[in-house]
Amino acid sequence: MDIFFQQVINGLVLGSVYALVALGYTMVYGILGLINFAHGEVVMVGAMVALATVAYLFGYFPELNPIVMVLIAATTSVISCMVLSYFIERLAYRPLRKAPRLAPLITAIGISILLQNLAMIIWGRQYKTVPKIFSFETREFLGANITDLQIFIIVLSAILMTLLLLIVNYSKLGRAMRATSESQRIAGLLGVNINKIISFTFVIGAGLGAVAGILVAANYSVAHYSMGFMLGLKAFTAAVLGGIGNLGGAVLGGLLLGLIESIGAGYIGDITGGFLGSHYQDVFAFLVLIIVLVFRPTGIMGERISERA
Amino acid sequence: MSIISKGIEKIRSNKRILFIGYVLLGIALVSLPFLLSNTVGRTWVRILDFALIYAMLALGLNIVVGFAGLLDLGYIAFYAVGAYAWALLASPQFGLHLPFWAILPIGAGVAAIFGILLGAPTLRLRGDYLAIVTLGFGEIIRIFLNNLDHPVNVTNGPIGINKIDPIVIAGADLTRTHEILGIQFSGAHIYYYVLVLLLMITVLICVRLENSRLGRAWIAVREDELAAQAMGINTRNVKLLAFALGATFGGVAGGLFASLQGFVSPESFVLLESIMVLCMVVLGGMGHIFGVLLGALLLTTLPEILRSTASPIQESLFGAVYIDPEALRMLLFGLALILVMLVRPTGLWPGTTRKQLGNKG
Amino acid sequence: MKLLELKSVGKKFGGVQALSDVNLTVQLGEIYGLIGPNGAGKTTLFNLLTGVYSPDIGEINFDRASLVGLKPHQVASKGIARTFQNIRLFQEMSVLENVMVGCHARTKVGALGAVLKTRASKDEEANIYRQSMAWLAYVGIESEASSLSKNLSYGDQRRLEVARALATQPKLLALDEPAAGMNATETEELKALIKKIRADGVSVLLIEHDVKLIMSLCDRLAVLDYGEKIAEGEPDAVRGDPAVIKAYLGGNLP
Repeated sequence: MDIFFQQVINGLVLGSVYALVALGYTMVYGILGLINFAHGEVVMVGAMVALATVAYLFGYFPELNPIVMVLIAATTSVISCMVLSYFIERLAYRPLRKAPRLAPLITAIGISILLQNLAMIIWGRQYKTVPKIFSFETREFLGANITDLQIFIIVLSAILMTLLLLIVNYSKLGRAMRATSESQRIAGLLGVNINKIISFTFVIGAGLGAVAGILVAANYSVAHYSMGFMLGLKAFTAAVLGGIGNLGGAVLGGLLLGLIESIGAGYIGDITGGFLGSHYQDVFAFLVLIIVLVFRPTGIMGERISERA
Repeated sequence: MSIISKGIEKIRSNKRILFIGYVLLGIALVSLPFLLSNTVGRTWVRILDFALIYAMLALGLNIVVGFAGLLDLGYIAFYAVGAYAWALLASPQFGLHLPFWAILPIGAGVAAIFGILLGAPTLRLRGDYLAIVTLGFGEIIRIFLNNLDHPVNVTNGPIGINKIDPIVIAGADLTRTHEILGIQFSGAHIYYYVLVLLLMITVLICVRLENSRLGRAWIAVREDELAAQAMGINTRNVKLLAFALGATFGGVAGGLFASLQGFVSPESFVLLESIMVLCMVVLGGMGHIFGVLLGALLLTTLPEILRSTASPIQESLFGAVYIDPEALRMLLFGLALILVMLVRPTGLWPGTTRKQLGNKG
Repeated sequence: MKLLELKSVGKKFGGVQALSDVNLTVQLGEIYGLIGPNGAGKTTLFNLLTGVYSPDIGEINFDRASLVGLKPHQVASKGIARTFQNIRLFQEMSVLENVMVGCHARTKVGALGAVLKTRASKDEEANIYRQSMAWLAYVGIESEASSLSKNLSYGDQRRLEVARALATQPKLLALDEPAAGMNATETEELKALIKKIRADGVSVLLIEHDVKLIMSLCDRLAVLDYGEKIAEGEPDAVRGDPAVIKAYLGGNLP
């Protein structure tokens, strides 16, 4: 039984991160109908910048309070990702808004390749380890181990997601965002500055992504130039699982995918009588996705699209 | 533009000029490997071989994405299925050594079955939902290939399968060097001719399919699914057929890849490869057969050109290699993708106004 | 002779009863009109007929067979062709190819025949080409055959939709607001075309907002309001029907 709780905790931690990243995908998709393939790389850049900043501060100002250090690093990272994402949209997506649907997908892939290799040139091929500036307590909870860091990840993610939902549902800006995702043309006619809203969407998504990148790096104590790809892919899967374009769906999909993966990995051997090992963790995730979509073609919380004649 | 297209029309209508054109093209195709191995080096003939295999792959994906409008992000899975089918049936792995003419159709058939297996449950998904499911399918296939070395060893896991049989015709191993009429033909060189021939057949099949009842049905489904149904098109069957045929091409290409390389491992079938093939299709000109060919040849040779120039150029400019050439070449590749799409959003060579009136039937 | 018959057809969307207990029959060789204020259920009825939706209750019989549960492509091969309220052409295909797609239901060459270019496939292809050109000439846009369909004028796009529908060789042609957005001359030309189609043996079901057009063209018509049929009969009888006058004067005049 304690294995089960352990996997649930691990799943919640993983799922919180997925959810944060998935929100970035789903917001952009909701407004532009675009799979922002480069989002995973933005998350990676977030982790890398934060790490580099901490390493710099640790090297030159070792007497600085670790909390201040982390705050400075996080701020730098979030701002860099926001700026980066703003320019990605301006340069690679905006000129193609009226182009065939797959054109911006290809530029997104181009950006992704570009960023990954740029990161490799700047930070090298090797894994970067996170300097030990904190030591976290490990607590026992229902027979499972949970660290303060893991609690922090879950709580921070929950706060950020609530904040986002509040902004989108109750602020003027959020109303403009929702209007734009319903119909760009009509929102534009009603005086919404479409370009500003789209930029804002990218920037917010990038901010959440940067935080997710930092949390992942902190949780595993490493970062790598290629970490964004798989993370992005999983988060996108989560967004689709929940129903892409739907913010609540992204959160639900992220948490669900995290739980499925970690519980699946823990038990897949038992379920299949040892035939399949935990290497099949990803198979499990994708299989659940396929099965869900076969029965609910627009995801768990996605709108039912009825073809109008 | 109109002057050019009129010129092309004129050339098309003149049988003699057309014939001379074909002869020149033939001579160019035959002599290309000689030219390459005597100028830029023998390795380029091999690179050309892989470019031809990718061209075949891109044409297969073009049926699915370009004609039928189904975004498939896991297409490389069929390539993998074809490659592993060949590897398992013609290598010491199981001690089977079937001849190529038996394996090729088996590989194609198995790939087609996988295409239908993927397509049947997922075809009612729309656009990007289909994209993510196909992506997941591609990953599932790769993960299985990577892990099926235990409890029963089928695929040899991450190590891959080695010593795969080459194509053997009349007792001659096509990957070895042969001397014909006093001229030395390397294995890569001979394979080049085989691949050119197969690619031509592929192009012919694609052209005929496009200009057929089925091809029109695909494009109709892509343009407007509901209107296509109202025309009596069984959209489910037509889409399944696109998946199956696309997969078949992928399977054949995979088999050829395995036999040329002599070795397969799951590493050759990662998601990035699916994305690459998709880039070939979109960048070349989605739905336009010759545009897709151009895209495939460009995207397979460009990284190689960058590979062979990334270090020398740095050395001549800065006197040393500062930037990892591998990273630099992929960086430039990514940049090229972005720039091409920004300048030509419909691809480098999109189909111009579709077929002209008057030469039908 | 009855060609199409709807028997107490009903359809609900969520809590909204879009259609309830609708009965109507279209006779062979008839031009039958369907009018009603916005939201009366005309398009829903159209979609039930063409297999886009399935009715919750009731029967739909066409040419002595039931249509209930059939998919749109099966309905098309049974002999009902349709056009769309907001024109839905295959935009990136040529005008000719659009009509050639319409021949799909009545032809059969598959992948293998196409690749091998068999005798049968060549003959069929030549036949499709000939027929499609003939349909273009029939609606009067054969000179545009090689243009991209999205480049046609609005009126010609409507005509192309009709030609494409006729290419499926229907027994019943269902037109969804074909005169929408047309000027007076274009409407007159459309009227002539519909009459010609009927004269050539195809029955026509017409949904229209343009009451004048319906009254002058149809043999019989039905009036829908709030999902129910409130009147049916010949134009003159329907015109004087108190329920119809109330529905139209009570709501917005179309």
